Amino acid sequence: MKKRAFQAALPYTIPIAVGFLFLGMSYGFLMRSKGFSVLYPMLMSFFIFAGSMEFVTVNLLLSAFHPGHAFLLALMVNARHLFYGISMLDKYKNVGWKKFYLIYGMCDESFTVNCSVTPPPEVDRGWFMFFVTLLNQIYWVSGATLGALLGYVIQFDTKGIEFVMTALFVVMFLNQWEESKDHRSALTGVGCSLLCLLVFGSGQFILPAMALIILCFTFGRRKEYKETTG
Amino acid sequence: MTTLQSIFTIAAVAAGTVLTRFLPFLIFPEGKTPPKYITWLGTVLPHAVIGLLVVYCLKDAVFSASHGLPELIAMGFIFILHRWKKNTLLSIAGGTVFYMFLVQNFF
Repeated sequence: MKKRAFQAALPYTIPIAVGFLFLGMSYGFLMRSKGFSVLYPMLMSFFIFAGSMEFVTVNLLLSAFHPGHAFLLALMVNARHLFYGISMLDKYKNVGWKKFYLIYGMCDESFTVNCSVTPPPEVDRGWFMFFVTLLNQIYWVSGATLGALLGYVIQFDTKGIEFVMTALFVVMFLNQWEESKDHRSALTGVGCSLLCLLVFGSGQFILPAMALIILCFTFGRRKEYKETTG
Repeated sequence: MTTLQSIFTIAAVAAGTVLTRFLPFLIFPEGKTPPKYITWLGTVLPHAVIGLLVVYCLKDAVFSASHGLPELIAMGFIFILHRWKKNTLLSIAGGTVFYMFLVQNFF
């Protein structure tokens, strides 16, 4: 039963393996170039297992000690998981102890596969989703570890390598822009954040920006609702 | 930051992340349906958060000596490269190398 589920899950994760190994390696390499030992990216990629937040955590570790701020930032950057969770309430039912790991390892990519792929009838659904999640986490942790190990061997001028995080988010932004016709959400995000950055400064603009984004959405929705109902 | 402080910071980030994953399953145990407002937020918030993260990456560059000019040029480069090749990994790698070239030679 497990073997079948593994064989069904593996092909769906191959493209993810390419992306995760590349991004994981750049993350591990970045951490190494900032002077962290290989243990850091290895353990962080395992315990946090949320790519964007791991990149952000590199910055947090290099600035002043504010664990409360780090916790809130993780909540907000990963707020999308709340909605993945809501979408998966039904799918993760009746899978036994595996449910715990399915939730723990629910990253963007595992969510996408588990949410959209229906395994063939002879394959156990719980084990299929389990292997999708597990394989993806293995790719990510291996990538991060390999990248940091490479950082010990290869030496070159790494000035500016932290831009990999900006590049990642810019490309994600462009991809989302292409996928949806309604750009109000994306523009609200950029607009509110820029405004708060200028008003509150770089140290503490994230919280007000997030509040402002939710506020804009909530008011915009009310207005729309009123307009449609007359 | 000391090693102990680093561990606390990582633990705080891990705790926050784990909470975002488990919360829906704790609030809505099997059988309960979430309110429409929450599910709706789930469809619009991801786009805005990526915008927020882009700005987050640029937060220090904007106030630096070069006022974010190399970042802006590199982002333009990514935009063109991504429009042309439509390859996510290529755009990320190309953009990063281009930025490194810029800051190591001109800024």
